Amino acid sequence: MRLKVRFPEATHPRHKRPSQTGPLVAQILVVLLLAVLVARLGYLQGPRSEHYAQLAAANHTQGLVVPATRGLILDGVGRPLVRNHTQLVVSANYHKLADQPDGGAALLERVAEVIDEPAEELRKRARLCGPEVSRPCWPGSPYQPITLAEDVDPRAALQIMERKEDFPGISAQQRAVREYPYGDNAAQLLGYLQPATQQELEEREDLHTSFSGVELVGRDGLEAVYDDRLRGSSGARRFTVDSRGNVNDVLTHEPPEPGQHLVTSIDARVQQATQDALKAGIARSRDAGYPADSGAAVVMDVRTGRVVAVASLPTYDPTIWHGGIDQRTYDELLSEEAGDPLVSRVVQAQYPAASTFKVASAAAALENGTDMDGSYKCPSSVTIGDREFHNYESSAHGSISLHKAIVVSCNTVFYQFGYDMWKADGGTDPVANPKNPMQTMARGFGFGEPTGVDLPYEADGRVPGREWKRQYWEETKEGACKRADTGYPEIAEEDPERAEYLEQVAEEHCSEGYVWRAGDAANFSIGQGDVLVTPMQMVRAYAAVANGGTLWEPRVGKAFLSADGLQVERIEPVKVGELPVSDEHLDYIRAALTDVPKKGTAARAFRGFPQDEISVAGKTGSATIVGKRESAWFASYAPADDPRFAVAVFISQGGTGGAAAAPVARRVYEAIYGFGAAGDRDEDDAQAKPALPGGKPPEELPNVRPDGTIVAPEGYEK
Amino acid sequence: MPLFTNTQVDSGAPWVVRTALLIAGTVPRRLDWALVAAVAVLSIVSTLLVWSATAGGADPSTATEFLRRHLLHLCIGAVACLTVAAIDYRAPRAYAPILYTAGMVGLALVLTPLGSVVNGSRSWLEIGVFQAQPGEVAKIALILAVAMLLGEPNDGEHAPTSRDVLFSLAALAVPMGLILAQPDLGTAMVFAVVYLGMLTLSGAPLRWGVGVVLSGVAAIAAVLWLGLLEDYQIQRFTSFADPSADPRGAGYNANQALIAIGSGGFNGTGLFQGEQTSGEFVPEQHTDFIFTVAGEELGFLGSAAIIALIGFVIWRILRVAASCPHPYGRLVCAGVAAWFAFQSFVNIGMTLGLMPITGLPLPLLSYGGTATIAQLTAIGLVLAIQGRAHSFD
Repeated sequence: MRLKVRFPEATHPRHKRPSQTGPLVAQILVVLLLAVLVARLGYLQGPRSEHYAQLAAANHTQGLVVPATRGLILDGVGRPLVRNHTQLVVSANYHKLADQPDGGAALLERVAEVIDEPAEELRKRARLCGPEVSRPCWPGSPYQPITLAEDVDPRAALQIMERKEDFPGISAQQRAVREYPYGDNAAQLLGYLQPATQQELEEREDLHTSFSGVELVGRDGLEAVYDDRLRGSSGARRFTVDSRGNVNDVLTHEPPEPGQHLVTSIDARVQQATQDALKAGIARSRDAGYPADSGAAVVMDVRTGRVVAVASLPTYDPTIWHGGIDQRTYDELLSEEAGDPLVSRVVQAQYPAASTFKVASAAAALENGTDMDGSYKCPSSVTIGDREFHNYESSAHGSISLHKAIVVSCNTVFYQFGYDMWKADGGTDPVANPKNPMQTMARGFGFGEPTGVDLPYEADGRVPGREWKRQYWEETKEGACKRADTGYPEIAEEDPERAEYLEQVAEEHCSEGYVWRAGDAANFSIGQGDVLVTPMQMVRAYAAVANGGTLWEPRVGKAFLSADGLQVERIEPVKVGELPVSDEHLDYIRAALTDVPKKGTAARAFRGFPQDEISVAGKTGSATIVGKRESAWFASYAPADDPRFAVAVFISQGGTGGAAAAPVARRVYEAIYGFGAAGDRDEDDAQAKPALPGGKPPEELPNVRPDGTIVAPEGYEK
Repeated sequence: MPLFTNTQVDSGAPWVVRTALLIAGTVPRRLDWALVAAVAVLSIVSTLLVWSATAGGADPSTATEFLRRHLLHLCIGAVACLTVAAIDYRAPRAYAPILYTAGMVGLALVLTPLGSVVNGSRSWLEIGVFQAQPGEVAKIALILAVAMLLGEPNDGEHAPTSRDVLFSLAALAVPMGLILAQPDLGTAMVFAVVYLGMLTLSGAPLRWGVGVVLSGVAAIAAVLWLGLLEDYQIQRFTSFADPSADPRGAGYNANQALIAIGSGGFNGTGLFQGEQTSGEFVPEQHTDFIFTVAGEELGFLGSAAIIALIGFVIWRILRVAASCPHPYGRLVCAGVAAWFAFQSFVNIGMTLGLMPITGLPLPLLSYGGTATIAQLTAIGLVLAIQGRAHSFD
């Protein structure tokens, strides 16, 4: 481009006066624009200035949450069931990692080198868990520090702390990690900790304010139920900082308040003995050819409803939750082979009660006019409706007393009771307000509803009756009626007989499934059919029989102790009701139960047990479920003359109650009272030392000394 | 009344003194002292704000270094200002083509390996230890060239013809192209607005002004359509609508600027007392975001006064334009006024959340060597025109 330039002449003609409109418009425009700026400025610094002052304060002050030490979980004597172990944890700030140009890959590699772990593993742990992202990953919120490695060598951690500029967003901190001195004992009871999820943070206001980000939230068992007490409240330190996060000044320092210790009524020794006994019982059943897939055992103080031991097998090692469980371990934990170790068989699983239920049936019979001194026929089978109902192994005892019917567990006597009461209510054509004595009594024993124990996810159990049957039918008839039409062709290919049977059942259920029939009533009387109970309900019912009729709300937690020991807050046991049974009838039932381990169905299991010293009362049960081997029950209490403990044992598909479950209970009593396997007391034998001196749980609480050490109550030792 | 006062210079004095006295002697007497005073006050305020903005760092020597350099820039700028004011404005007019060519070469050099990239755009020239932003110099070059092309041929006899406008458009197109190649969207917009202001005041047919605006709009539409903008540029424009939407991303600057200004309140925290400022929460605070220092530390009172002062300076420049009988002088003043006005509005507007973040410094206040010197030189041009406006009547 060629620019043509002309230079002005030396002299100019006289200019016209230039137009003034242009500059004037320009001036007005400038004034307007600047006026806009001033107006906006006035708005920001006038009405909005408060808002921005707050933002500014948030900007240049920063809080560091000082986590509180989580309280211990102690047994009744003060032995820690869960304690804290301090270790160094290396964690990463999710957002600072994400800010790195490579998403933090190089940074994590450096960290991996220092702490000697595979970089790939760290990279995985730093991801947020999601539907597409499986463990190892961070299950917590991205605003919490992400744990990269736990139990890091102090020298490695020091390297990271000293070279902060090389490790932006990475921190190494001391952190208390839960430790379980009794290993996999009562793992489901104690529960576990996990980082709070984003959802939990949003839902739980208390978490939001007291949550430090480093802390974990109780996810199951006692850790979950008493989470707010155990957690304590975190302290805070506020600094003024500049934009690079350099600390200029400490503004406030509020020390954390450590969590309270939870004293439970569990006794670690009885607990250990109970779990060992259950384990041995399951092994015995397996040796005898039974699957014995799972088991539960629970010990209760009948005078308070406090739980002394809880064993649920299979169990697992709770330390696997540390530092974020990896996917393989997690899958294993949920796999079929593992047998659901996370589920507490004591409160979350429900089974047919079988003959242990006869205490309720007998009480129902007695309270409804059955003669205590009468004699009842115990044939090998009775025909009720159009079906034959047999005794176990079709044994017959002739005419016997009700006492003996309980001792030998004669089903036919109870079938008859059930049938008679059903008939009295009108049978298939019930009267307007049927009395349902069996159901009413079962509910009176606390079956069919949660016990209210201080443990999460408790199952209801089930007390079926006319109402329930109709409701169940309405829910299921559609599927049954369809099956009645189509049959079971997929099963017919392999097992035509079974398909035929199932089709028949479906047809029956479709057309008259709502009817509470004679057979249902008969099955109910021996705790079969649709009756379901949890071992916790069972032990509580037997505790009520033992203590003269008081139904307790079971309690594991006994007291909260402040970390300095100055504050003690007891958790009082709660009575929920009385058995609707007269003292006379209860005495009668107790007498019968007392004979069971001596000359009844549990006699063999208790052979050699010093019954003269500690008399045990109880009842066996062998639950049958179609398609499965029978499951063993033993519900009991001792001493029979002055009851203190109730013990309920259940082994799924473990055999008969007398053979599989009663020996487990026996071993528990031996441990409590300090009997050797031969039934003698041997003071030198550690196993034969009483787990509970004097055969009773401590009434006093353990003490916390000012230095934090915990002392057992007088008369007990840790 | 003599036009120029030729002071007798003592030949024994050192050459610096002699030169200074020579320059001072040639400065017109009838200077717009109000304009000079306003610029001087803004320079002092600027020094304080730059000092405060840089004083928060961990190393106090950083602030001292910035202060030293800023004062140096102001001194060089003052000398340049007075020098230009002392020269008859018609003389640089003679050299306008050379100045223009030099400015364009500077802009072109930036695109060579001599240029360096700062904040995503290649707008710096590094020669040895010296750094310069040729874009700032090019603004003056453009103003002089366009003033010549639109004001010279007719010299007030008649309005610029279409041919003149086409030539001037060509003069605009070269630096625009070079600037967009850096890419520096903000500076390119300054060029466009400066040109538009001059074109409107030149008396050229209105259709040209409208045409330039329309083609500008069309160009922007085309750019968006064809995806020629860098992501960061689009982000700056989108995040300005809601700066709090993404506090750590593109909206971070805007957000922190709002917090700093808003928290200042009516009275401000007092100089050197701003916590946002001393904590260095606002990036680029001594340059593009200098106004946030005023907002936080001087409050509404101080920052509104600064806006008023800037307004006063622009008003004085426009007054010079209005009173200058020569189209050339008038257009130079119009260009400088458009430059200062647009850049001030966009800069302060962006700190107040009214405008997108464009990386334009605040005239007469921001730290920056080339910009400070160029702006003071421009003031010198205006003074030169003002002092001689009526000398030929």
